[in-house]
Amino acid sequence: MQRFANPTKFMSLADAILPWMIALAASLFAVGLYLAFFVAPADYQQGETVRIMFIHVPSAWLAMMGYSLIALSSIGSLIWRHPLADVAAKAALPIGASFTLLALVTGALWGKPMWGAYWVWDARLTSVLILFLLYIGLIALWQAIEDPSRAGRVAAILAIVGFVNVPIIKFSVDWWNTLHQGASVIRLDGPSIHPSILIPLLVMTAAFTTLYFVLVLIAMKTEILRRRVSALQSARAGGAQASAVAAE
Amino acid sequence: MSAFLTLMRRDLRLALREGGTTGTALGFFLVVVAILPLGLGPDLKLLARLAPGLLWIALLLSALLSLDRLFHNDAEDGSLETLAMGPLPLEAVAAAKALAHWLTTCLPLVVAAPLMAVLLNLPIEAFGPLVLTMAVGSPALSFLGAIGASLTLGLRRGGPLLALLVLPLYVPVLIFGVTALTTAMRDGDMLSPPFLILLALSLAAGALAPIASAAALRANFT
Repeated sequence: MQRFANPTKFMSLADAILPWMIALAASLFAVGLYLAFFVAPADYQQGETVRIMFIHVPSAWLAMMGYSLIALSSIGSLIWRHPLADVAAKAALPIGASFTLLALVTGALWGKPMWGAYWVWDARLTSVLILFLLYIGLIALWQAIEDPSRAGRVAAILAIVGFVNVPIIKFSVDWWNTLHQGASVIRLDGPSIHPSILIPLLVMTAAFTTLYFVLVLIAMKTEILRRRVSALQSARAGGAQASAVAAE
Repeated sequence: MSAFLTLMRRDLRLALREGGTTGTALGFFLVVVAILPLGLGPDLKLLARLAPGLLWIALLLSALLSLDRLFHNDAEDGSLETLAMGPLPLEAVAAAKALAHWLTTCLPLVVAAPLMAVLLNLPIEAFGPLVLTMAVGSPALSFLGAIGASLTLGLRRGGPLLALLVLPLYVPVLIFGVTALTTAMRDGDMLSPPFLILLALSLAAGALAPIASAAALRANFT
């Protein structure tokens, strides 16, 4: 891991793999969307609304995986002071928050015809809403603290504290008797979904995950460049000040 | 241990002599409880049904109010850095200050809760469980709040940000506090599972939150 601690090396590595990842994401989306809209059958109970799941499930997965990655990066930046972990923890925030919002909105759109309400206060929905609030809180914390190294450490502590929520989301459907259905893809006795729906779902999940990493890499590159610019600017301002003092 | 107690005694004495901390929290508690019936309508049956949740929400908000001062004065005048260099671990400093916050803010709120419950028409048999659940759950509010206070220490818009960060962390305390209270009211069973979970939340927060709080304080020094 320490080998990639050099931001310049990371930038060239990211530039090398990004085109391939973008191509992979695009082709996975082409296949996945085709399967989801033309091949997968409509559900005998849910009708066409079952297709919302092809957006909802990958978004919800990324909401939780995204937060777990932020918590992991936060540990990396707190313990090893890994400079890229800090950048990753910040860059992944708005992206993770967006997927969390997408999961909430698609869930609400599915819930209206199926459950009869856009929103119910069941344990799964509530805990995902809290996850969204944690994302918002972390973004606000980053924005409130000007010094990036202090902001990074403070946000990392909050991210690790907030990680308590992730297992609660995962197991909320088992611990409480919820309206939201239980796990149906990752189960000990194998998936309980018919392959005609499962395969498009897996392809869409792979597509979303690739898209997520493409977005995070681009956001990390932007963040590194932004820090370089602000470092250059402050160096220049310091230099100008020094020469002004010398002139006097 | 004596350093821990000395620090706590100092914080208590400061809160008493400065005044205002406890009074403001109590006044805020009263105002929140007083405006609720104005918004919901004066239907006593409805208020009695909602009272456990409303009282707990009012407790959460009132406990939040004085949190941004928790480390503020000590950070301003430099005594926090002196404490950090002293023999007492920063974790213990954070725990002592959180406990002082509980004694000066949460405990008076808990004691005053039955008075507020009268305004919301909570049945009188529920007063005991109300005070007991709040007494057991509120330490978690102080300890989790200490994390938020140290994260937002010295920020210009620290107050609103503190509320945004801390309230999501308060959600489990609210859920199990209200469930423990309503269970005790319905079944007369005080030691129900939600009550025990509430107790566990307070104990876990008391043990773990000072570590996070101290880590955040250290991030502020350098």
